[in-house]
Amino acid sequence: MIKVQHLSKHFGSVKAVDDISFEVQEHENLILLGTSGCGKTTTLKMINRLIEADGGKIFINNKNVTEQLPEALRLGIGYVLQNNGLFPHYTVAENIAVVPQLLKWDKKKIEKRTTELLEKLHLSADYLKAYPNELSGGQQQRIGLARALAADPAVLLMDEPFGALDNVTRSKIHAEFKALDELKRKTIIMVTHDVQEAFELGDRICLMDKGKIIQDGTPAELLFKPQNDFVKEFLKEQRLLLKFKTITVKSLWHLLSNEEIKGLGPGILVNDKDDLWTVLERSTFFNAERLNMMNLENKEMKTVSFESLMSAFYQYQKGDSHE
Amino acid sequence: MNEHQQTLWEFMRQQSDKLAEQTLQHIGLTFISLFIAVLIGLPLGIFISRRKQFSAGILGVAGVLQTIPSIALLGFMIPVLGIGPKPAITALLLYALLPIIRNTYTGITGVDAAIKEAAVAMGMSKWQVLFKVELPLAMPVIFAGIRTATVITVGVATLASYIAAGGLGEFIFGGISLNNTNMILAGAIPAALLAILFDFLLSRLQKLDSRKLKLAAFSLPVILILLSSFYLIPATYATKLKAGFTPEFMGRQDGNLGLQSKYGLHINTVVISDAVMYKAAYEKQLDVISGYSTDGRLKAYGLVVLNDDKKIFPPYYAAPIVREDALVKYPELENTLNLLAGKINDSVMTALNYRTDYLHQTPERVAKDFLIDHKLFKPARNGNAGVIRIGSKIFGEQYILANMYSMLIKGYTDYDVSTKTGLGGTKICFDALTNNQIDFYPEYTGTGLLAILQPQVKVVDSLTPNRDATYQYVKDQFDKKYQVKWLKPIGFNNAYALMMRAKQAEKLNIKTISNLKRYLESK
Ligand SMILES: Nc1ncnc2c1ncn2[C@@H]1O[C@H](COP(=O)(O)OP(=O)(O)O)[C@@H](O)[C@H]1O
Ligand SMILES: [Mg+2]
Repeated sequence: MIKVQHLSKHFGSVKAVDDISFEVQEHENLILLGTSGCGKTTTLKMINRLIEADGGKIFINNKNVTEQLPEALRLGIGYVLQNNGLFPHYTVAENIAVVPQLLKWDKKKIEKRTTELLEKLHLSADYLKAYPNELSGGQQQRIGLARALAADPAVLLMDEPFGALDNVTRSKIHAEFKALDELKRKTIIMVTHDVQEAFELGDRICLMDKGKIIQDGTPAELLFKPQNDFVKEFLKEQRLLLKFKTITVKSLWHLLSNEEIKGLGPGILVNDKDDLWTVLERSTFFNAERLNMMNLENKEMKTVSFESLMSAFYQYQKGDSHE
Repeated sequence: MNEHQQTLWEFMRQQSDKLAEQTLQHIGLTFISLFIAVLIGLPLGIFISRRKQFSAGILGVAGVLQTIPSIALLGFMIPVLGIGPKPAITALLLYALLPIIRNTYTGITGVDAAIKEAAVAMGMSKWQVLFKVELPLAMPVIFAGIRTATVITVGVATLASYIAAGGLGEFIFGGISLNNTNMILAGAIPAALLAILFDFLLSRLQKLDSRKLKLAAFSLPVILILLSSFYLIPATYATKLKAGFTPEFMGRQDGNLGLQSKYGLHINTVVISDAVMYKAAYEKQLDVISGYSTDGRLKAYGLVVLNDDKKIFPPYYAAPIVREDALVKYPELENTLNLLAGKINDSVMTALNYRTDYLHQTPERVAKDFLIDHKLFKPARNGNAGVIRIGSKIFGEQYILANMYSMLIKGYTDYDVSTKTGLGGTKICFDALTNNQIDFYPEYTGTGLLAILQPQVKVVDSLTPNRDATYQYVKDQFDKKYQVKWLKPIGFNNAYALMMRAKQAEKLNIKTISNLKRYLESK
């Protein structure tokens, strides 16, 4: 869907982006991850031509972006900024309607779409007439997202979209983000410097440093097959947490065997798509002694204890094997 | 002139037609200029917000324009644009430009970069970004600029009367020259009220929320055009010749009023400042002007004085007038000032004035040359027995006289001198004298009689033809009323006079004011 080939950009002597190439499949969510100043924003802005590249090519749907009018190109690409960039002189409704207006949709259609989006983003219709400064940070960010989604573009570019939010709000929005059906139909490139966020939301991650892509792969690949020390170092602090979040029950399935567990403690039902973090959270919450595992593919059931699950996890790590 | 002391209210009622006309002209002038200034300033402001390399240059030029003194700017325009509304509007709009350009520029460049980027990223074109995002967000700042420009323009528009463009300045400057406080206030109060009113209205507009501001932004041009239409080109009736009279001349018995009542002279007249009147006559913008018979520009611009055959212009013999307590305090002063008595006749004075007004020699040099030629000059003694403050009105002749007196005092006495030259008009000069701000200044008998004493018409009529009687009368009256002493006359008579271009007067065979009247009435 999106192909980036040998893309470069320098500002004076600073090589902000240095000959990078990657591809994003349709409906995939690619994360550009890296520390501040590594060239993520510059890369993103070259895709909708807010910044013109010095070298290299970008194709969206096999069309070279530089061969289109920038305005027309941008009308087909949703864009979400870190500090939402909402128009302070427009109401919420007017902000959401910006792109449909530019595309000259009729009034009814715009209204319908606006209400629909507000509903999906769990915002009350009372806000339609409010101005951005009357909303909380989280609400503003949702409106920013709604504005980008309004005309239903196939591609969505997001630059640290949740970067300015507090932790509680951010994890709430993460959950909503994952659940939003609209986004499942989009090809998304999202920029973040937050490793957890990248692992939580990304299908694939490009880890960048000094204008170059160091590793391009799934979260699990980055975690378990780090290409070099930089990648290892980058993920080190949150390694355990990330592993819990990356490894699913399914990947441990072959290491688990059915057990007889005595006692009256409660059990919980877990399916093979859940990651270990989720299982952990849920079992702690219910104080569970039995984990009833269900393989959704072949309907096989295994009941295991929490301890067996953990030992399977360590065994898995030692083998360093994964799907 | 007035039979009893008129109140301001009576004056305004009596002059209500003129007041209304001047006020409307003033509003009209202000808003035509403002409208054009917005039309030019807004796009220029937008332009320099796009091409920053031009911003310093354009803001610099607009800034410099604003520092040019208004009268000078008006003067520059006469050769190009003539007199009347065109140069007035041009000058006013030039003054209004800076705040409009500057605020448009700051307003637009002040819009949050992230918001502009968002607008571009949404797919807006350059123009859409400008009209949908930048201008609306910059609007409060732009409004503030227009507000500043409005207040400046209302103020400067008073000067439009200098070049025959009407407005409340006619009363203000007429009143200053005529020593008529009511007339000054009748112009100044409405002008101040207009400034306050427009400032208030625009401040309300500025406080509107952004939604209503959109409406306001659209209605503003309409309002501006509407208010502009108040500007009626100063009412005139067509005659063969066009006259330009100073505001002072317009309101005086020994000026336009006398021309109408005693000669029955009716001529298409505009009100214009003394500073630009001669030039306008030379440039053929005007045919007949009210001047002073010793004015150097008479010679410079090839003008001739029409003979006052019915003697309506009283004699204007010049003499220093001094506060009597100053004469006591500085005993040598009187004799020193009288050194000049009888030394300068009309033609000498005209020649001296010519040197300053036309040859642009400094009054100081002209004064010194004269004193040396007449063996009156002595080098300064640099004494410190007290400081004598000399005043002068704001024209060349007075500057020359002030300089002569200054040199005489320094050379013949141990007093030092400070000069306060360029006091706006008779009223300002005379008030400065009686309020002990200056010790003496050169005054004219006719002015003392008509502008300061203002006796009944009968008295004026009986004195006017006689030079000595007039001098004696003002001398006695000033002594009695103000404790101010008229010293001996210097010699020349700088009376009012009607003048025309010499060539035209010759061609039309006009030598006297009666000739002029006859010519105007001939078919
Ligand atoms: N407009 C610019 N002018 C000069 N240097 C820039 C500009 N934009 C970015 N840079 C530099 O390019 C590098 C990459 O910046 P950026 O893409 O914004 O990084 P990131 O988004 O990863 O934090 C940084 O060193 C930054 O200072
Ligand atoms: Mg960035």
